[in-house]
Amino acid sequence: MRPKNFWPWVALAALLVFNLIFTPGFARIELRDGRLFGTVVDIFQNGAPVMLLAVGMTLVIALGGIDLSVGSVMALSGAIAALLMTEHGQAVPTGIVAALAVALAVGALNGALVTFAGIQPIIVTLVTLVMGRGLAQTFTHDQKISFEIPTFEFIGNGTVLGLPFPALVVAGVALCVGLLLRKTSTGLYIEAMGGNPQAARLCGVRVHVIRILAFMACSLCAGMAGLIAAADIKEADVANAGLYLELDAILAVVLGGTSLTGGRANLMGSLIGAVFIQTLTVMLQMRGVITEHTLIIKAIVALAVCYMQTPAFEKLMQRVRPAEAKA
Amino acid sequence: MNFLRKHITVMAGVVAYLLLYAIAAARYDGFASLPVFINFLSNNAVLGIVAVGMTFVILSGGIDLSVGAVMSFSSVLIGVLIMDHHWSVFAAIGAAVACGSLLGAIMGAVIHRTGIKPFIVTLAGMFFVRGLAFIIHLESIAISDKAHTAIAITRVGPLPITALLLLGFVAAGWFVAVFTPFGRNVYALGGSEEASLLMGLPVQSTKIAVYALSGFCASFAGAALTFYLSSGSHLEGVGMELDAIATVVIGGTLLAGGVGSVFGTLIGVLMLGLILTSITTYEGMTSSGMTRVAIGALLLMFVLLQKVLMRRFVGVGRAT
Repeated sequence: MRPKNFWPWVALAALLVFNLIFTPGFARIELRDGRLFGTVVDIFQNGAPVMLLAVGMTLVIALGGIDLSVGSVMALSGAIAALLMTEHGQAVPTGIVAALAVALAVGALNGALVTFAGIQPIIVTLVTLVMGRGLAQTFTHDQKISFEIPTFEFIGNGTVLGLPFPALVVAGVALCVGLLLRKTSTGLYIEAMGGNPQAARLCGVRVHVIRILAFMACSLCAGMAGLIAAADIKEADVANAGLYLELDAILAVVLGGTSLTGGRANLMGSLIGAVFIQTLTVMLQMRGVITEHTLIIKAIVALAVCYMQTPAFEKLMQRVRPAEAKA
Repeated sequence: MNFLRKHITVMAGVVAYLLLYAIAAARYDGFASLPVFINFLSNNAVLGIVAVGMTFVILSGGIDLSVGAVMSFSSVLIGVLIMDHHWSVFAAIGAAVACGSLLGAIMGAVIHRTGIKPFIVTLAGMFFVRGLAFIIHLESIAISDKAHTAIAITRVGPLPITALLLLGFVAAGWFVAVFTPFGRNVYALGGSEEASLLMGLPVQSTKIAVYALSGFCASFAGAALTFYLSSGSHLEGVGMELDAIATVVIGGTLLAGGVGSVFGTLIGVLMLGLILTSITTYEGMTSSGMTRVAIGALLLMFVLLQKVLMRRFVGVGRAT
């Protein structure tokens, strides 16, 4: 019996060891003006959006769904917050609340269409992916919106006790979602519905409500990720914010051992997966691989990990290691 | 009546298109003329050719998210082969189409052999192919070649070459879907994979062939794009997978597989073209954002409409 999350930990450890040995300057951490600097700190600061997406995505995938619209929701929430704070002169909290409210609305729409109209989650969220970014482009007239608002920028690059604020947000959200999954009946219902929606419905689980809640939680995480990403670079860039991040999020969840068929949620695994992906991205950047080429490596990693979870792979393994199969 | 029941979703698309066309013709001066209609065909030829391949994939019960990337990759490859390696136009197109088909076949094989969901495999494929395109050439590449330009400005009667290619692909696709064993196998596979297996249909080869066909169409669309833009571009085809899926669904093909037609896909192309042209040219909205929102909304409407129609006319089950 292996400990829980054995493979994700092994993968992450292997990657870290590789970096410590082969990537110069990877392990350096220094304390300046009361805050930490270094590659590992950057991983947690710049990887916060992906980690948040992975946390939210875990819920939806545990239901047996998928949410492709998270990248667009990031762009939309960042754009709305920036617009309200710059052009409309609103206070920072107003902008943040409005942006998160819009994210929740997108999530509610996703959930409602999936559960009441019975359309596949892939199609629904593909529609919201396109419409979300389209709306964001319409609001901003295809312009980047730069801003200089220290209180808002704190969300993206502030520090508390020397730790990056975004990482603390991730910790807080992950704790909430973890408690939801493990300590409330809602979490149980989510996994039950992923396992067998029909059976869950017949057992009296309110499937419609649970499904909408899960999609809303996922979009809320995406909204927060969008705010952090925008605050970090001091501009809302509608065309590129969150672009292709849905694959990273799905990959993180899959790496963490949550099966795409639903029925199990492995939150810790998803977080490890997200850290792994961010480390991979940073490593490739430090080694001078351009962003466009990292796409290939990510695609191969994603497929390999998915393959390791399929029955076909298990059969292959049993042929390779008959002794272990018998044990 | 049986014919109507069988093709109810396609009929819905046709009726909706005629309605929209009538409204547009009444609203805008000079809209209902042959040149404008031919413009629809040539402006949306790239999308249409991609959608023909996508129709087969969706009919078989799968989905292919890599089409936009394959199309863009193929256009870049053609550009590099013609401009940097001085290949002849046809050799370059042949090479690009071969690569596209091979990529599709690989995806089909992975889907069948491993049992991973098609949408995950083709999503990974999309990233992989985008990366490949950047490896070939980091920038988009302009194509200025005499032979290439000569083909690009060819017209047959009133039809430009791109429109001709689109009509050719639709006709060929329709023939393959309706009159060949392969087409029947695709419908059967979409109807029920298990039943197809038990009937002894060649499920594996059909599946691989369907994705290879989609890759073939997408890479050929890349060639059409080079004729249309005179360049191989990395920027084209982002988000095209949704447009292609929208086109196919609006044309009456069910996402569950097994129901639909290539003719419907042509209607879908015309409908998208009509909406895009109306929004950008006649209503004067230049932001690309609004058109994306419109396409998404339209797709959603049609998916919902199909749900209702299938329940009303065919019972809760599926059309056969």
